[in-house]
Amino acid sequence: MAGTAVLGRLTWRVADVVDVRAETPRARTLVLDVPGWAGHRAGQHVDLRLTAEDGYQAQRSYSIASAPDGTRIELTVVRVEDGEVSPYLTGEIGPGDRIELRGPVGGYFVWEPAHGGPLLLVGGGSGLAPLMAMVRLRAAVGSPAETRLLVSSRSEEDVLYRAELGRLAGGGLTVVHTLTASRPAGWSGYARRVDADMLAEVGPGPAARPHAFVCGPTPFVEAVAEALVALGHEPQRIRTERFGPTGG
Amino acid sequence: MDEAMLDGNAVAGLLQDVFAVETTTTIATCAGCGAPSPMGATQVYRGAGFVLRCPRCEQAMVTLVPADGRLWIGFPGIRTLQVPVDDS
Repeated sequence: MAGTAVLGRLTWRVADVVDVRAETPRARTLVLDVPGWAGHRAGQHVDLRLTAEDGYQAQRSYSIASAPDGTRIELTVVRVEDGEVSPYLTGEIGPGDRIELRGPVGGYFVWEPAHGGPLLLVGGGSGLAPLMAMVRLRAAVGSPAETRLLVSSRSEEDVLYRAELGRLAGGGLTVVHTLTASRPAGWSGYARRVDADMLAEVGPGPAARPHAFVCGPTPFVEAVAEALVALGHEPQRIRTERFGPTGG
Repeated sequence: MDEAMLDGNAVAGLLQDVFAVETTTTIATCAGCGAPSPMGATQVYRGAGFVLRCPRCEQAMVTLVPADGRLWIGFPGIRTLQVPVDDS
């Protein structure tokens, strides 16, 4: 497969937090500078490692949300209230802090501009992050790949990157939102969980043979992947990445 | 549906640390049903360690248990692995 190479063992690196952006009431984006970072591909993730003063370590995987940009990467973290790691990453950590990470990791859930389109991207909650890397890369390189992005969020205030998605839409990128738990007054978009009817309306259909990327919590990914197969999409063109209860 | 299920992407860092190759695109052929799958598409269950299961028949393909500074790796259900190598 193109782009696959022998990589060598991963090493833990120390990254500097250079900026923090609030995305939603529960989510923040950490902008990290990683000395020696050799770049990444859209869809890859990193493993983060936090070490407490008593030596206890906790490790979590986060998708890279940014397009390749030198030694900078951006990670979006959604707060899990009783979590072990996310409250620190969404609350206490700030510019000047340092954090250990290794990566980039993965090669299966990856899109390259050379793969072309059409693209069908379906994200649930923070599962939007790796898809955002693809959409940002597509824009950065001026890829003409026709792209449909279906974003499932609980409520309007939980929609990640909402303003930026509004700016990026057009020129072959269509962004469609569905809100599953609550809707603002006058909401005219989808108001239910992603299902086969919705996927058929968003398209592209199986005849266009899109590359489908689905990312989110396991039940979301299972439901979307099954619906895509039921619509006639080829299973091998559907790539999935599941988030699970990793302790937050 | 098991809420604790992840996929092979979740253990990619752990595996790459050990095998020094990108493992999510490595093709593993199930010893149970014979289906080839990218390791990134395997179903991963997390407990004391990890169990990677065939996405087609749920045969346990790989077990990973970190303990005492070692990673115990079992291959109860892999017939073959296709690992990319640099043949240039």
